[in-house]
Amino acid sequence: MSAAPAYSEDKGGSAGPGEPEYGHDPASGGIFSSDYKRHDDLKEMLDTNKDSLKLEAMKRIVAMIARGKNASDLFPAVVKNVACKNIEDPNQLIRASALRVLSSIRVPIIVPIMMLAIKEAASDMSPYVRKTAAHAIPKLYSLDSDQKDQLIEVIEKLLADKTTLVAGSVVMAFEEVCPERIDLIHKNYRKLCNLLIDVEEWGQVVIISMLTRYARTQFLSPTQNESLLEENPEKAFYGSEEDEAKGAGSEEAAATTLPARKPYVMDPDHRLLLRNTKPLLQSRSAAVVMAVAQLYFHLAPKAEVGVIAKALVRLLRSHSEVQYVVLQNVATMSIKRRGMFEPYLKSFYIRSTDPTQIKILKLEVLTNLANETNIPTVLREFQTYIRSMDKDFVAATIQAIGRCATNIGRVRDTCLNGLVQLLSNRDELVVAESVVVIKKLLQMQPAQHGEIIKHLAKLTDNIQVPMARASILWLIGEYCEHVPRIAPDVLRKMAKSFTAEEDIVKLQVINLAAKLYLTNSKQTKLLTQYVLSLAKYDQNYDIRDRARFTRQLIVPSEQGGALSRHAKKLFLAPKPAPVLESSFKDRDHFQLGSLSHLLNAKATGYQELPDWPEEAPDPSVRNVEVPEWTKCSNREKRKEKEKPFYSDSEGESGPTESADSDPETESESDSKSSSESGSGESSSESDNEDQDEDEEKGRGSESEQSEEEGEKRKMKKKKVPEGQGEGSSSDEGSDSSSSSSESEMTSESEEEQVEPASWRKKTPPSGKSASAAKEVSLLDLEDFTTPSVQPVSSPTVVSTSLAADLEGLTLTDASLVPSLLSPVSGVGRQELLHRVAGEGLAVDYAFSRQPFSGDPHMVSVHIYFSNSSDASIKGLHVGTPKLPAGISIQEFPEIESLAPGESATAVMGINFCDSTQAANFQLCTQTRQFYVSIQPPVGELMAPVFMSENEFKKEQGKLMGMNEITEKLTLPDTCRSDHIVVQKVTATANLGRVPCGTSDEYRFAGRTLTSGSLVLLTLDARPAGTAQLTVNSEKMVIGTMLVKDVIQALTQ
Amino acid sequence: MIHSLFLINSSGDIFLEKHWKSVVSRSVCDYFFEAQERATEAENVPPVIPTPHHYLLSVYRHKIFFVAVIQTEVPPLFVIEFLHRVVDTFQDYFGYSNIVSGSTNVGDQLPTGQLSVVPWRRTGVKYTNNEAYFDVIEEIDAIIDKSGSTITAEIQGVIDACVKLTGMPDLTLSFMNPRLLDDVSFHPCVRFKRWESERILSFIPPDGNFRLLSYHVSAQNLVAIPVYVKHNISFRDSSSLGRFEITVGPKQTMGKTIEGVIVTSQMPKGVLNMSLTPSQGTHTFDPVTKMLSWDIGKINPQKLPSLKGTMSLQAGASKPDENPTINLQFKIQQLAISGLKVNRLDMYGEKYKPFKGIKYMTKAGKFQVRT
Repeated sequence: MSAAPAYSEDKGGSAGPGEPEYGHDPASGGIFSSDYKRHDDLKEMLDTNKDSLKLEAMKRIVAMIARGKNASDLFPAVVKNVACKNIEDPNQLIRASALRVLSSIRVPIIVPIMMLAIKEAASDMSPYVRKTAAHAIPKLYSLDSDQKDQLIEVIEKLLADKTTLVAGSVVMAFEEVCPERIDLIHKNYRKLCNLLIDVEEWGQVVIISMLTRYARTQFLSPTQNESLLEENPEKAFYGSEEDEAKGAGSEEAAATTLPARKPYVMDPDHRLLLRNTKPLLQSRSAAVVMAVAQLYFHLAPKAEVGVIAKALVRLLRSHSEVQYVVLQNVATMSIKRRGMFEPYLKSFYIRSTDPTQIKILKLEVLTNLANETNIPTVLREFQTYIRSMDKDFVAATIQAIGRCATNIGRVRDTCLNGLVQLLSNRDELVVAESVVVIKKLLQMQPAQHGEIIKHLAKLTDNIQVPMARASILWLIGEYCEHVPRIAPDVLRKMAKSFTAEEDIVKLQVINLAAKLYLTNSKQTKLLTQYVLSLAKYDQNYDIRDRARFTRQLIVPSEQGGALSRHAKKLFLAPKPAPVLESSFKDRDHFQLGSLSHLLNAKATGYQELPDWPEEAPDPSVRNVEVPEWTKCSNREKRKEKEKPFYSDSEGESGPTESADSDPETESESDSKSSSESGSGESSSESDNEDQDEDEEKGRGSESEQSEEEGEKRKMKKKKVPEGQGEGSSSDEGSDSSSSSSESEMTSESEEEQVEPASWRKKTPPSGKSASAAKEVSLLDLEDFTTPSVQPVSSPTVVSTSLAADLEGLTLTDASLVPSLLSPVSGVGRQELLHRVAGEGLAVDYAFSRQPFSGDPHMVSVHIYFSNSSDASIKGLHVGTPKLPAGISIQEFPEIESLAPGESATAVMGINFCDSTQAANFQLCTQTRQFYVSIQPPVGELMAPVFMSENEFKKEQGKLMGMNEITEKLTLPDTCRSDHIVVQKVTATANLGRVPCGTSDEYRFAGRTLTSGSLVLLTLDARPAGTAQLTVNSEKMVIGTMLVKDVIQALTQ
Repeated sequence: MIHSLFLINSSGDIFLEKHWKSVVSRSVCDYFFEAQERATEAENVPPVIPTPHHYLLSVYRHKIFFVAVIQTEVPPLFVIEFLHRVVDTFQDYFGYSNIVSGSTNVGDQLPTGQLSVVPWRRTGVKYTNNEAYFDVIEEIDAIIDKSGSTITAEIQGVIDACVKLTGMPDLTLSFMNPRLLDDVSFHPCVRFKRWESERILSFIPPDGNFRLLSYHVSAQNLVAIPVYVKHNISFRDSSSLGRFEITVGPKQTMGKTIEGVIVTSQMPKGVLNMSLTPSQGTHTFDPVTKMLSWDIGKINPQKLPSLKGTMSLQAGASKPDENPTINLQFKIQQLAISGLKVNRLDMYGEKYKPFKGIKYMTKAGKFQVRT
């Protein structure tokens, strides 16, 4: 029983009394048949239900052991009774300990018991016990790998667990047991991403590492468009700045620069992973920071990788072991992404107190970071290092100087001169290292350096280090034409000392002799023959071989000669200069941060980091059914309590939400939903209802579809999270508005899809805003306002289920949804083409306030066609538009045919260029053309921005003076409640409500679509009905018009 | 993961071993000893050593090697971080000096309230005196070159807290000038998003001592260097005597006194002995390790401390290439050199009024003067 120590320790305090010392029975081996029989009845006694019998059995067993009898075959029976009993203990700590004890007994016979216990614990009430179950899985697996299939079932079950406590442990089990079953992750992917920040540190490392591998198999390379650049590292480096400039819209930009390729669009799930791991760079755990860093290095688009540099540099303050590992990784990264660490160059400066291994790694990084601009400072640093007392370090520095010299042509001569000066250093090691490096440098441009070679030749008298001597000899031989007078003399000296030289030096002497013989045989013939004769009788067979070989080549004999004619070509062929490159080059084919990377060799159990797939696998595999709400409510409640408290900030929408509410109680989510979502909901509620109605009317003929939708909507209402439901009756309104305003969009994207047919599809707005809520708080606003760079077909589906995931996770998120939900079609449907003028074709349009997919600068306009003629209208499309400067149109796809009585909708995008000029274009059918024009109300030229009160104030402070427009007005009695004011403003302009501390003030914020200028609107309502409206915007025209429109809306 | 753990003391004895799976023979440590021999100094032992069947990952703290035996791929930092945490925990229990021997602080009762909703804080905490203390400690890392100009200087800070509060308090700590903080890392209790949006530290504290925050002050701010060192160290080629003279003085101290000043310097191998006279404090020179150490104490700006004398060099040896670098330690109380100031500390979620305190201190980190 090799596991004895571990076992007995684990047993610790928790296991019952008299629990097995059996395994240790020192007298094991003496087997009597009678013992067997007696054991059988003991087993029976242990298996009964009566405690008294069990006790008796235990007593007898203990007695047996005391007498030194072997009772080890009773072990499972005892375990079953003792440990298993505790497994059903009401106290979760004891249940967990019992399982831990059981799983730590590494005896094959208890495998079935263990399996049962794990299965049971995996569905335990307590997440702590479930976590312990996850821990037990790898233990059982290492005991008996035949259990794999059953264990995978348990893992699958535990992977679906929604608590943070379990997540890390089960992923660990997954990694140990079945890392190849990537399919088990699909359904849990989004959940894992979202839970990540709350998982304990060790779990985070494991999950991040696993997700890195997962992402490599499921998503497309974000750098695929940049790969052309990457082939040439130098160019890539300079290019990276321009990449960074592309920054925000990199996808878009990439698409335009490389029109031949399919534009790359990042999978939202890929983005989710990047976004949710980023805050972990601030973790106190070096392991977590490293895990995130490697994730970014392997998965993020080039422009975003930079964020990890600062965090990694921070780790350099940690323990020296941590520094060692981090520097190894930084060294690898700095080869590929030099620009990333350049700002931190000074952080890699070396202190005399650093351990040598750290010094050498820092030197490596410094060398990798050196470039044309910083090389003077780097070299100055190197100069101090050369005088260090640590000779290994000095040698490494000289190598580093050599590498800088090869990489940066400008400083090659400076470096070379510096190195030559080192040749007079007193320390032989320094000199030797310099010689070796000089040799490599000279090889690049020998012609100009006759002097240095002469200088080196003189050194042969003094320098003893074999490698250095060999290098000098090789140099002289190779460039003997540049030093025609010295070379033979060197050979003479070497011939004299030949027998005393080291092997590598001897080989080089032969080499030198051969080369001189070929170029200057008159002077050196005898010397060469002498050297070759000495070598012929050398002790080393290599040298004897070389001598024989050389002699045959250079000295033509009677029969040979075929080769000797080419001897000169063979010996004095121009040789390519050596490339001095980092030993960290190409190490990144190992996953960074791994043991294998550190050792530069594959460690046991290393999981290869797969290459990106050519084609993205189906993203829909990650979609998750929203859990049945009723079934879940119980669990959710518990979760809410358990919810570790980080996640409360996840739902944090407006920072005004004060921290005084205790996050673990429900009060917070309550207060939040009442204060914020209250306003949001009310804003969406009102005109939606009428609008809804008229949409219903207008669509009359699509009744079939809308009926279906109605049903779906009803279904959905059932699923509406409690957080929302309990708050207000108005949520129904907002809810239906979201689905109705969305329905058009989905309906035509549906055409491209294979009828995904589920109500889930109808929730996108909430999905988008829920995911947006996360985005906003984690990233900057840009991300929020331009989420539209998404594939046209899939995003709705994906984000929907994302929302579903979020709904399942936190209640707070759900309550947030309405407050962010801007799409309130401010202006209802307007006529674009009258039925009569259109000869039966009636066209209406409405501003949907959805972000237009494809171009975030465009206003998305929904166009409703209906055919009231009696012939079908064919080939509906947009004809050549005549547009004022700056305005552009993204046409809707051609509608092939519209049967009589039928109607259709389409979405087109118009970039109004932040002006209210009308967009004129032609609407063409196969037979006719109609001139139409769409003029936007100023309020539609913007999109809501989500910001905190503080940010709002800050931004407002920047937009004073000319950019501020203030008007006084009197609010009519009908327009004094919060509710109505907010609704009227948001109906007029597509702005987002900004939370506000004082009750009489209303704040709204948005950005114009084209230029992205902020539009801030403040309404200060005084009690008597007087009010002051302030708009701050860089775009003064828009500001003025907006003030006019809002006042009109409010005073009417 | 970790298969076994060996604890090895400075004389190379394995004084403790623990095996989680099967027993790995002690002989696996021979590979470690080999590496240790090659490295000559303890800190140069590679933290990761591959052997034919295992990988040895080690950390060195308190003159003890903690050697973990690994069999399969695992992120090395995962293990290293874990070992450091283990040592930290030992430290908490046994104190700094007592790891090997001495009394323990291990209690008799099992802890309770472990399965709290807030994983880092147990439930049911009770104190009669409710108090929360925060220490803002900043360290200056700097390299000063021969002529006294700064090559690099940066400020790293931490906020260590000792919080003894009843119940489940929810604290917020805000700064007067949070923009100073360039890079931060938090205890897991800190709500990241609150920081992102408002630059406020909002957290439910763990019970007792913990490190709330580590930060780096943004590089744009010039770092005030509070001390200067005047030095004159010269070796002559022919003579067997060298001159040695250093003076330490205050520079930008914001009117505070500099205390706890210690100067250490690794002298070149050629130095046999030193005969020095300090104007203040005590000094030692170890002829074996060639380490010079001068404990100055407080610096009095009126009478600057200096250390003067001669070095006797090995006869006939040529003069050393490099002058020794001088490492400096010092402390300045009641000053955060970056200028960081805590604005206020508020408590929510509990009724009582806690006692609050904030202390500032500046220390030398890796402060080095090249000569």
